[in-house]
Amino acid sequence: MASFIQLFASGLATGAIYALIAIGFTLLWQTSQTINFAQGEFVMLPAFFILAAMNAGAPFWLAALIGVALAIVILGLLFKIVIVDPMLRYGVLPLVISTIALSLFLKESAKDFYSSQAQPFPALVPATDIHVFGAVISTQSLAVLAVAVITVVALHVLLHNTRLGRAMQATAQNPTLALILGVPVRRMVLYTFLINAVLVAIASILISPIYLAKFTNGETLGMAAFTAAIIGGFNQVRGAIVGGIILGILDNLSAAYLSSQYRGAFPLLILIAIILLRPHGLLGRPEERTV
Amino acid sequence: MYRSALLASMIVTGLGLASPVLAQSTVYIPAILELSGAGAVSGTNFRDGMLLAIDEINAKGGILGRKIDTPLLDTQSDAGISRAQMQKVLDNNPYVILGPVFSGSVLVDMALTQQAEIPEIVGGEAATITQKGDPYVFRTSFGQQFSMPKIANYIRDNVKAKSVAVLWVNNDFGKGGRDNFIKEMAARNIKVTADISTESGQADFSADVVKIKAANADAIFVYLNEEESARFLREAKKQGLKAPLIGETTLLGQKVIDLAQGAADGVRGHVGLTVDAPIPAVKEFAERFKKRFNYVCDHNGIKGYTAVYFIKHVTEKMGKFDSKLFAQTLHGMTITPKDEPGVLMETTFDKNGDIDRESFLGEVVNGSQKIVEILPKLGK
Repeated sequence: MASFIQLFASGLATGAIYALIAIGFTLLWQTSQTINFAQGEFVMLPAFFILAAMNAGAPFWLAALIGVALAIVILGLLFKIVIVDPMLRYGVLPLVISTIALSLFLKESAKDFYSSQAQPFPALVPATDIHVFGAVISTQSLAVLAVAVITVVALHVLLHNTRLGRAMQATAQNPTLALILGVPVRRMVLYTFLINAVLVAIASILISPIYLAKFTNGETLGMAAFTAAIIGGFNQVRGAIVGGIILGILDNLSAAYLSSQYRGAFPLLILIAIILLRPHGLLGRPEERTV
Repeated sequence: MYRSALLASMIVTGLGLASPVLAQSTVYIPAILELSGAGAVSGTNFRDGMLLAIDEINAKGGILGRKIDTPLLDTQSDAGISRAQMQKVLDNNPYVILGPVFSGSVLVDMALTQQAEIPEIVGGEAATITQKGDPYVFRTSFGQQFSMPKIANYIRDNVKAKSVAVLWVNNDFGKGGRDNFIKEMAARNIKVTADISTESGQADFSADVVKIKAANADAIFVYLNEEESARFLREAKKQGLKAPLIGETTLLGQKVIDLAQGAADGVRGHVGLTVDAPIPAVKEFAERFKKRFNYVCDHNGIKGYTAVYFIKHVTEKMGKFDSKLFAQTLHGMTITPKDEPGVLMETTFDKNGDIDRESFLGEVVNGSQKIVEILPKLGK
């Protein structure tokens, strides 16, 4: 039982981070049909902004703010203006290829301009452990879970309880109608890119103490979050949350109770099953498009 | 028009004349390394060690009066790309080739260098590299078939373990180490109670630690890459893993110790190459490396540095640049620091291209690697 709680708690914390990253996938898809294959690198990069700021003498809290601000400008604003806007008119595929190229560029830039070596990253809370029914749960995992939950709740409130959020939802559901009704669609789309930048920056701050800051982190994270978004439903924020958490927990439980050798295969098996049996994901809604 | 034609012909003539002169003044020793991708830490350490040696040698006039010309080619940590890069450099008639470091890449490149009869000095440690009868491949560190018996003796004689759990990374390096380790355990009647593979780049080791705890072994042998080692050590500390953690070179490296943030204390094991070795030449090299590149080099830095000096020594002993003769000469050769200070430690190559030299038993104490014993060369 203690082992199960141990695995469940660790999986939940990891899954919560996957969920944050996966939410970004769903937001961008819903508002601008953008599949961002650089999303993993978007999570990797803010950690290096923060470390660079700390190396320049800033305390962690200030460095984190600088990191988030830089993420908003570079990974939100510039990403939209420089890559998405010019490429979107040519369809989804050229944009996907552009984001793959961007992921390579960001990865190698982090390596060349900072370091190829993994870097220790400060944790949000001191590393102490709590014993629960024989399992050891670190305060770091609890903090990760708490921050992820607060972020998701805040996002939910923004999207469902504010005028801005409703305008963003209208843009996602039917941009033409939203425009006719006076919603500034272009600005709403921009906001989703900025929200995605904030989410990846938060995910970066949460995950880097565990993963360590390294230029290759994006490969694993991006793939895990993409899988989570498909499992949960690419067009639903709550689907991304459920997908992320399922993936995090399943990864740990399958490695412990089934086979550690095939741990990487289990999420993919579920992904295949979902695509075959429920292509719109566990909580997603079927989409029809006119061609 | 006339002046342009004259200028063009002068340039062409100039290039034509200059090329042989340039070729004669340098010796082409390309390096194929993991400069990006998952192996970039190992590849860049190897590269920087190598560049330090090249600059030192070139500053003193080069090898037999010819400066070393070493273009760097990136494998992107991918065996297929490594093979393509190897084919590219072989077309330019290299003298010797340096790298790669990843065993998987070495294993796919070897056939090409063997066919071209060009020696290749590699950083890979997988046992199979030197078991294929290739006379053109040479190591810069112990192969697993040499390091695992040392670690097995240590587990039997010093740790006095009767059972052991093995945690390994599922790539050519990890699988080769795991196979050799299990063979050595069987030879010493030590029971393997858990055999756990992990993924390269794995971040969460909670499931693996749970399985290791359930195995209840007397000792745990950890054979992972650097970041994974650090993440595992942190999880092991968190879950209160009590059995001794034993490793081979990587687990006791300073980078792992730094990344593990206190969780590496108490780790023990065998270290093939380390800048913490109680050898003045190694310490001086480590200082020069840190001064130039502003970081502490790992064992791959020593591999790159010594590889260049192996080439220098063998070539000067032969008195000419002959790739085939180079391979023949290096087999069975012993190079001492007295003959060539750049090799740092006395080194012997056997008929397979495997290396033999002193190695160390170490322990992590208060966040630093402490060498507790120097093990003699296997041949002594």
